[in-house]
Amino acid sequence: MTKMLMKGNEAIAEAAIRSGCKLFFGYPITPSTEIPEYMSKKLKEVGGTFLQAESEVAAINMVYGASATGVRVMTASSSPGYSLKQEGLSYLAAVELPAVIVDIMRAGPGLGGLGPTQADYFQITKGGGHGDYHPIVLAPATVQEMVDLTMEAFDLADEYRTPVVIAADGILGQMMEPVEFPKGSSKDLPHKDWAATGAKGREKVNVSNYCLTNEIGERNCLHLQKKHEYIKPRVQRWKSYKTEDAEFIIVAFGTSGRISETAVDLARKEGIKLGLIRPITLWPFPEKAFEGILDQVKGFMSVELSTGQMIEDVRLVVNGKVPVKFFGKQGGMTPAPEEIVTSFKAQFGLE
Amino acid sequence: MEEKMVFAGFGGQGVLFMGKLLAHAGMLAGKNVTWIPSYGPEMRGGTANCSVIISDNRIGSPTVDEPTIAVVMNGASFDKFVDKVKPDGDLFVNSSIVDRTTDRNDINIIKINANDLAYDNFQTSKLANVIVLGHLLAKKNILNKEIIFKAIDEMVGEKRPEMVEINKRAIELGMSV
Repeated sequence: MTKMLMKGNEAIAEAAIRSGCKLFFGYPITPSTEIPEYMSKKLKEVGGTFLQAESEVAAINMVYGASATGVRVMTASSSPGYSLKQEGLSYLAAVELPAVIVDIMRAGPGLGGLGPTQADYFQITKGGGHGDYHPIVLAPATVQEMVDLTMEAFDLADEYRTPVVIAADGILGQMMEPVEFPKGSSKDLPHKDWAATGAKGREKVNVSNYCLTNEIGERNCLHLQKKHEYIKPRVQRWKSYKTEDAEFIIVAFGTSGRISETAVDLARKEGIKLGLIRPITLWPFPEKAFEGILDQVKGFMSVELSTGQMIEDVRLVVNGKVPVKFFGKQGGMTPAPEEIVTSFKAQFGLE
Repeated sequence: MEEKMVFAGFGGQGVLFMGKLLAHAGMLAGKNVTWIPSYGPEMRGGTANCSVIISDNRIGSPTVDEPTIAVVMNGASFDKFVDKVKPDGDLFVNSSIVDRTTDRNDINIIKINANDLAYDNFQTSKLANVIVLGHLLAKKNILNKEIIFKAIDEMVGEKRPEMVEINKRAIELGMSV
């Protein structure tokens, strides 16, 4: 396979097209705009349709309608736009519609700034919209992973009938790296017998979820809860780096994950046995990555581009056994690996 | 081997292209590469820049705070990056436009009158960026000419095949001065 040099945003768009995505609805926003831009050029070449919606709210509801017909569909935005999509996302989750939603995070809160951040972690992983639901959340750290995880996102969405969110940031969206496109997946996925494809010769289907009795409401919620529990052990993904003999471990995803990998190498040069767990699924959180190492490790540090959000999930897994510290950058800033090592050593008294 | 580079100038000087061409060539040479533009509010106001890292190792952060090599095509970019270049690093200055000086004596300043060379040889300033890139490649042993030519074949050839030869001549001119 030949390598291509591509921006992360373009790589997501191309991977979506190669995954059979036929419809894209969106509204441009920096730093995610290359996704709709690429789709507007290329989707028609494969018989698909790109449509610039009048707003993010409209776009996510168009995704609902498109997905209800069984077609592969995607939308993409950046933090303020992702916020606007929450109601629609909750509706998609409620009726179990597969869709891929991309958030190329930029600094918040509010209109914020254009710099990279991971401060949408709570919003993305804990539901974001109203009601009890979780989308599957995938966090790439390289442009190649933006390809691989976008392809996987469409399969996961269809396999589990759920919205899947790709959580990246402005650096990953804007950066170019070499990528290869693997052949599309040949996974055996369930037939979409629930899709509204025209009711000729069969019972009509209804892709909506308004519950006029609490009993039906409870049944639906229990069904979703059961599905979450089914997904949890099956979909966890992560990368461990130098954890085998680690006495301390950094937990970091996406951009802060790749910077932390350099920090681990720097610390190792000083003789400190530091390792890295890089979650790739943010929901479900990769609890399995911590199995077997909790007894060997003296402490964890969560490194995030936020004031500390994923750290709560790390603490749930660590469950008070050892200290869990935090180092973060906010507002569009990213840490240098040296800063991470300095903070780590100071917080664990290793100076 | 690892070089952390910044290419800066005003819009239209082709600084993003310079970085892309070098990153593309680095990819063809089997290196790890990243390229990232300044995409935020800093690009509003006339200057554009991109950061390129070429490395034998995996690249953590793609952003470059302390470049080992900086290329400045205009005065504003000189002002912005002259104090950021790493000690013993190289600052390539487009002396056709930039008349600034610095007190720093811990970096190498390499001047090239790229716009004049472009006008004199190709009757356009548009190839000044490629001439500087050729000069950079001659001074720094990052990638060889064959790889850059292959990158030009692929990148320029795809969209503007008629521009391939003149880009190669601009690289050679930059290498020879």
